[in-house]
Amino acid sequence: MLRQATSPEVRERIEALDLPFNRWGLDPYGVSKAHLGLFLTSLGVLYKHYFRVRAHNIQRVPSSGPVMLISNHSGGLPVDAGMILASMFFDHDPPRLAHGMVEKFAQNWPFLSPWFSRVGQLPGLPEHAKRLLTDGRVLMAFPEGARGTGKLYRDRYQLVRFGTGFMRIALEVGIPIVPLAFIGGEEAIPTVYHAKALAKLFKAPYVPITPYLLPLPLPVHCEIHYGEPMQFSGSGNEPDDVIEGHVAKVKERIEQLIADGRSSRSRNLADTP
Amino acid sequence: MKVLITGIAGAHAQLVALRLVERGHEVLGIDVRPWQGAPRGVKIFQTDVRKRPAADVFRVHRPKVVIHMATVTHFDASREQRYRVNLRGTQAVFKHCNDFGVEEAVFVGRHTIYGAAADAPLYRNEDEPPLAVSTFPELADLVAADLYASRALWSCKNMRTVVLRIVYALGPSGRGTLASFLAGPRVPMALGFDPLFHVMHEDDAAKAIVLAAESKIAGVFNIAGPPPVPLSVLCQATGRTAVPIPEGMLPRVLGRFGLPHLPRGALTHLKHPVVVDNSAFGEATGFDYHWDEHATMGSFRDASILRERRGL
Repeated sequence: MLRQATSPEVRERIEALDLPFNRWGLDPYGVSKAHLGLFLTSLGVLYKHYFRVRAHNIQRVPSSGPVMLISNHSGGLPVDAGMILASMFFDHDPPRLAHGMVEKFAQNWPFLSPWFSRVGQLPGLPEHAKRLLTDGRVLMAFPEGARGTGKLYRDRYQLVRFGTGFMRIALEVGIPIVPLAFIGGEEAIPTVYHAKALAKLFKAPYVPITPYLLPLPLPVHCEIHYGEPMQFSGSGNEPDDVIEGHVAKVKERIEQLIADGRSSRSRNLADTP
Repeated sequence: MKVLITGIAGAHAQLVALRLVERGHEVLGIDVRPWQGAPRGVKIFQTDVRKRPAADVFRVHRPKVVIHMATVTHFDASREQRYRVNLRGTQAVFKHCNDFGVEEAVFVGRHTIYGAAADAPLYRNEDEPPLAVSTFPELADLVAADLYASRALWSCKNMRTVVLRIVYALGPSGRGTLASFLAGPRVPMALGFDPLFHVMHEDDAAKAIVLAAESKIAGVFNIAGPPPVPLSVLCQATGRTAVPIPEGMLPRVLGRFGLPHLPRGALTHLKHPVVVDNSAFGEATGFDYHWDEHATMGSFRDASILRERRGL
């Protein structure tokens, strides 16, 4: 059933992924061709037709080998993660599967938990990040974490504190970081309030409430601006001040990409007939 | 090389014994159960590893290598029996090894001691703590046996100790923890979950144990074969019907309606994976598996069909 629901384009691009699928269509992390097919077919509709995403400078992401994509986080629900994943699959040549780090609490959710695993989105643990990168995969990380997606609309595009774990891992594994800015997520789900009691019920950090109540994303045009790869040298065991210095450079680069991206998006929207 | 296998009448231990004989080793075995049809060259002593006759086997025959496989993994045995065999038995075997000049002791343990948990890494290496002691309390005796055996690494200075944590072994014998779980036509799953199961062919497991005994290695090693597969695929490939059951109902229906009995702690294994990283063993010994996941599951399915046709 999953195979029948997969578009021919997605099927073709899945075959071009550089992943060691076995005859059951499974890779060593449990990523499944069949699940990827349905997931990416659905994501493709959102990417191309609902959010009409444009990816700029995506060729800056290496065609092979390990790389960490570091992005701003926004929007109440992880629309940005899905669209970055889609851009790496639909617009990067060759297609690459970006692995995200899912909140650990989601592993206890029936139905969703196995889906996350089958499409390569593993629980957010340093062990997973290091292993994926050591295996030459693309890792997508949002150093703002739940603080980022929990931002209210009035704080849009203001980066909150970045965690430093991603930098220690990048140094330990010795891989490049590609900073990027996701523009549009803040407008897609404009969070005006957090329903704390509801969040407690779902064991989630927050439940976003929008002006139209439901946290459903609006069909807002989104853009992804990929920056030049950044390479830092070190072992990952440096003192905090050294690591924080490196993190600040990445954050600064993302702030610049956001500023550039917001003005280019305004121009693009103005150009749209 | 003179090798003593404890628990030699077990299906997987027999495979180890046969492989050792094939490779020209002298094999002795201790078990309370008989091994009907043991090949020539394998000397069986029918006794309990905790009893005096077992000590005599060590004293008289002076094995160079001991492979300790006399552990109970099924839950039909009482808690007291599991404790006696798994922990007290392991204690007795390691004492005899130390007292009677054994050069190498190989403890054959299970990967399940790592325990299944939502916040655990997918691939566990040997440094991971044995979470099963809290997530699967019924396995506490096996966790204790594993840690007791690991203690010999520093306490028995004249002996090399190898502790193996082997993933589920599956194959034509139809024996073992996973084979028991898959014995019936219907296999329970927790509704909304489909954890990865790490499975290797029983011949590959025997090959790895023999390699550990022959190599001059010491330490704790995970043993695995091909990459893990989801439980749903495991059911499909072995010709079983997966029955998804809401988590809350599982304790009430397991052991009934043709479904296998599972202790309460095992339910976490129906939700979250226990998968191991075996790269350390591969680097130390050059081990590689022969049977891929498809062939492994197929060999179990084919043998099951034959057994069912013969009414066994």
